[in-house]
Amino acid sequence: MSNELEFRTCPITGKKVFKATQNLIWINAVTAVVFILIGGIMAFLIAMTRWPAVHLLPAEMFYRFLTAHGLNMLIFWIVFFEIAGLYFGASVLLNSRLAAPRVAWFAYILMLVGAILVNIMVFTGKATVMFSSYVPLKADPIYYLGIILFAVGALIGCGIFFGTLAVAKAEKTYEGSLPLVTFGLSAAAIIAVYTLACGAIIYIPTFLWSIGIIENLDGAMYRLIFWGLGHSSQQINVTAMVSIWYLLGALTVGATPVNEKVCRTAFVLYILFINLAAEHHLLTDPTLSPAHKIVNTSYMMYLAVLASMIHALAIPMAAEVAQRKKGFTKGMFEWLSKAPWGEPGFPAMIFSLIIFGFIGGITGVVYGTEQLSIKSHNTWALTGHFHGTVVGGTTLAFMGLTYYVIPLIFRRELIGKKWATAQPYIFAIGITLLAIGMGGAGTLGSPRRHWDVTFADAIIPFSFDPAVILFTTLAAIGALIAVTGGAIYVGVSVLSVFFGRKMAPNEAKIL
Amino acid sequence: MSITSPEKYWWKPADLQEKVWITIAILWCLVLSVMMPLWHIIGTQNPSLEPMKIRTDDYRAVSDAFIEKYKVGEESGIPVVEPPANSDVYLRAQMWNWTPILKLKKGVNYKFHISSTDLMHGFSLMPIVMNFQIVPGHDNILNITPTEAGTFHILCNEFCGIGHHTMIGKIIVI
Ligand code: HEM
Ligand SMILES: [Cu+2]
Ligand SMILES: [Cu+2]
Repeated sequence: MSNELEFRTCPITGKKVFKATQNLIWINAVTAVVFILIGGIMAFLIAMTRWPAVHLLPAEMFYRFLTAHGLNMLIFWIVFFEIAGLYFGASVLLNSRLAAPRVAWFAYILMLVGAILVNIMVFTGKATVMFSSYVPLKADPIYYLGIILFAVGALIGCGIFFGTLAVAKAEKTYEGSLPLVTFGLSAAAIIAVYTLACGAIIYIPTFLWSIGIIENLDGAMYRLIFWGLGHSSQQINVTAMVSIWYLLGALTVGATPVNEKVCRTAFVLYILFINLAAEHHLLTDPTLSPAHKIVNTSYMMYLAVLASMIHALAIPMAAEVAQRKKGFTKGMFEWLSKAPWGEPGFPAMIFSLIIFGFIGGITGVVYGTEQLSIKSHNTWALTGHFHGTVVGGTTLAFMGLTYYVIPLIFRRELIGKKWATAQPYIFAIGITLLAIGMGGAGTLGSPRRHWDVTFADAIIPFSFDPAVILFTTLAAIGALIAVTGGAIYVGVSVLSVFFGRKMAPNEAKIL
Repeated sequence: MSITSPEKYWWKPADLQEKVWITIAILWCLVLSVMMPLWHIIGTQNPSLEPMKIRTDDYRAVSDAFIEKYKVGEESGIPVVEPPANSDVYLRAQMWNWTPILKLKKGVNYKFHISSTDLMHGFSLMPIVMNFQIVPGHDNILNITPTEAGTFHILCNEFCGIGHHTMIGKIIVI
């Protein structure tokens, strides 16, 4: 292992980049890309199976690969990337050495071993339980063990983040308050600690149950605590994504938040109120009383929504102010039309914001009301909702950021800049069609996690309104486009990281 | 910039545009919050759900007795049951069917019970698309009055094993 204090100075931002941090960001980000590759192949296969015209996989493989898709995308791709992001936010942005790099490597290895165990179990058919693994559906004990190892690793990663904040503070590597991006990432890390604690509370007994030490686990209790984990982890994603929007705004147009107080208060609202919204997963469950559900869905949830509304103003506003300062002042929208649309980061940020807000966000608020939850629960509309949030939103923002991390942190020139620029457009169009198709079919009742919406083998004959098949086809076309976008992302980033031209130490070029 | 520390005194009042937007957002959030309880009072489509625990074995016994008592026939190997008005109706989700097939009368109130005796299932009533999570060990109790005659189907929309996509039930309202 190299000297923990070895660093270089970034010729563009003037930040100190420590070698140990750089290596850890590299390994976590590259691993994330490997998992999005696996998850993406699964996405293609399951999307082509849900399309009745193709109906690619046999039922057993479909459910197995659907489980693999959910886990590799929602958990492994996202969390490895977030860990890389946390190290970046604490160490690079604060000019600080990373606290305990060896422990960070240990955390990485735990996460990797966990992820590999989970994948082995899923692909060998010993854990076809979907990522939610609702008891009493039982997976092989190794599966739960893998999840626990992964979660412990991620928790240690959060610890490294907080440790680095402390080191930076003690060594006075920055002056005044934390940069906004780091502040946002801290909010994400705080939510992560709560989330992973819920994970431990639920996965440890589930593991013991799977090896026979605990006899009975209540399914409803499992769902309650599981969603304490499952929902809050989406809030980590939201908070990390918003932080990255600010980061991309800074990198692409030099955006400065108009009012730090407003932006920071919004992040605090996330920490305070988002966890309570977890219960909207249980609105159709037979456990909570209507009164409880009303309280939970009425005022608690909307304070987190308020935070998103604030960011939705603050980010474009910051970009507008920065652009106007550069002289793009004609009319209402010159700042926008003259924005760097030919660079991947800007369209990635804007599309991520729009898809997250208008597709993921609005459907989320709608489906989170008690009466409408009854109309949407477990339908494909739900799957459409979170492909708006976590795919069109979070994933697209992470993709956009990758094109800057490669030259800035890994010091490699991008291979295929044109492809990289087209990629956010292609991916955004694909995910939008996918989400609309899923939403339309789901609103008409098409179930999620379902192998055959034509019900050819059903015990009692049933068939859908033909519009369902039409929407399913739309989703499949969207999936093909999105998978193309995903493949370009993986192609460009892998080629650039391994074969891109090494940049000179003082080369001050991003793209 | 958002990647550098802000100037020393950043706790400044928001400017007018921000204030306007935040006010609109808060008002909208308040409207939504008030709508939630309000809709329970003025709305007519609330789930009248009462949560209750029941052991899976007990549920199997109760629903078997119910089937025995009111059975009027059989279809696709599944009993068809016609319960009297205002009675308790027991629907059982199991891998991979909804037992029994129910014959109900329009305009008559029933106390509906739905539970599972094995895994989780998803009750999805078609074509009106009403969905409930069915959890073993817990009884969904719903007061239901069919308002429309016709044949309704129940899909399963929670993954419940390899036969999940074949799991379809039926309710006939006359
Ligand atoms: C190329 C892009 C993608 C396509 C075409 C795609 C397509 C699909 C399809 C067809 C399903 C199956 C729905 C069902 O049968 O219920 C699905 C489920 C899912 N996808 Fe994606 N997806 C993509 C990317 C992602 C990403 C990037 C994430 C997460 C970050 C993600 C998370 C999930 C999750 C969590 C599920 C639910 C699995 C379950 O129900 O257990 N997807 N996706
Ligand atoms: Cu089922
Ligand atoms: Cu099922």
